[in-house]
Amino acid sequence: MLRIIPRLDVKAPNLIKGVRLEGLRVIGDPQEYAVKYYKAGADELLYMDIVASLYDRNNLANIVEKASRDVFIPMTVGGGVRSVEDAKTLLRAGADKVAINTAALKRPELVREMAETFGAQCMVLSVEAKRKPSGGWEAYYDNGREHSGRDVIDWVRQGAEFGAGELLITSVDQEGTRKGYDIELVAAVTQAVDLPVIASGGMGSVSDLTKLVEQAVPDAVSMADILHYERIGLVEMKAELKQAGLRVREIEP
Amino acid sequence: MNRRVTIVDYGSGNLLSVRRALECCAGEVTLAQTPEQVRHADRLVLPGVGAFAHCMALLRGLDLLDPLKEVAARGNPFLGICVGMQILMTEGHEFGKHAGLGLIDGMVEPIPTLDGDGGRLKVPHIGWNALGEPIAGRWDKTLLDGGLRGGSQVYFVHSYAARPANSDDRLAETRYGGQAICAAVAKDNVVGTQFHPEKSAEAGLDLLERFLGW
Repeated sequence: MLRIIPRLDVKAPNLIKGVRLEGLRVIGDPQEYAVKYYKAGADELLYMDIVASLYDRNNLANIVEKASRDVFIPMTVGGGVRSVEDAKTLLRAGADKVAINTAALKRPELVREMAETFGAQCMVLSVEAKRKPSGGWEAYYDNGREHSGRDVIDWVRQGAEFGAGELLITSVDQEGTRKGYDIELVAAVTQAVDLPVIASGGMGSVSDLTKLVEQAVPDAVSMADILHYERIGLVEMKAELKQAGLRVREIEP
Repeated sequence: MNRRVTIVDYGSGNLLSVRRALECCAGEVTLAQTPEQVRHADRLVLPGVGAFAHCMALLRGLDLLDPLKEVAARGNPFLGICVGMQILMTEGHEFGKHAGLGLIDGMVEPIPTLDGDGGRLKVPHIGWNALGEPIAGRWDKTLLDGGLRGGSQVYFVHSYAARPANSDDRLAETRYGGQAICAAVAKDNVVGTQFHPEKSAEAGLDLLERFLGW
């Protein structure tokens, strides 16, 4: 069953949205959007703190803690997690899974430590992928600004070996553009590893999503812009996906 | 009737989600870390995340094994969630063979990584899945006899699954990769769900609501 995961990029205390992870605009109160998406049948929520403000006032943990009072679906939280202790802070605040990008690139052992401490199901390896002029993709960090020199496919294979339980694959090229997912990227990742894959970045229409699922077979898809700007609602989106023959969770009447 | 509920706080995973969900259903939640606190429970929730043996070792370290069995024997409503359900069983086969609480006869074994056609199956089983249609009458007066029905979708995260020895103890199933996986067990006042009711939206809240009225 395909999981539909609204993505909430956060610059505490606000929900924000950018293009290619930059040019950020304030959308509103993250709590209001989280509850709205929960009630409309989101299968999970994904919170990403784009300024990694783990220790600032009004920080990510507070936002998650507040959400845990009203939202009863899994929450994946990431942005600025550097250690097992950081992860613990978010899990105690109500996160179910923790997404890590930068710190894992700098010290892949962290992936293993996370899996050993909290279980693999808790460790989501977050990858910001950007196309290389020579073909293939390179893993970036700091919201697509810094390049790691690592090939994305090599990196996700290594992440799987280190014990990641799930992969969040964000296309930096497509993110916020409404031009569709990077289907080749997602297909390359799902073929390379046996882990559940969440595809993120670029959904402009429901057909972008159905094309992605048909061609690349991710386990879950994430989207932000299309929901935040109310270009479609979740109920309508799921109805269209079902019409297209995809298996999605429906809310009971 | 009171709505008191005690969550066993033994260091396994995150209690907050379970607590919040029970509070959302107007439960009066207390946390129990000592044998005495566990013995005082009107209703008991045993969560669990991580490896079977690790959870059992934590409970043993806090001297909670006997108090848990006493509460179950006394007839108080007892709900195990995820690995908290698995350790209700006799024995777990994760990283060796380990004794469970033995409240329900049966084993906990790995989910096979091949589907019925020999294809690869992703394990852990993560995500929403539908409960199978129950045998007629099986859910009557159980925690599933409320808002839940065959086809209701609930949230799973697990690599191991229970195999109750007695088919009467197998309360619900789900299908994954063409195979039936135990989704819930029940024997009198002791119930376990492999899925996470606290993360299963309205369907899960219905179950918890019923537990508080049980």
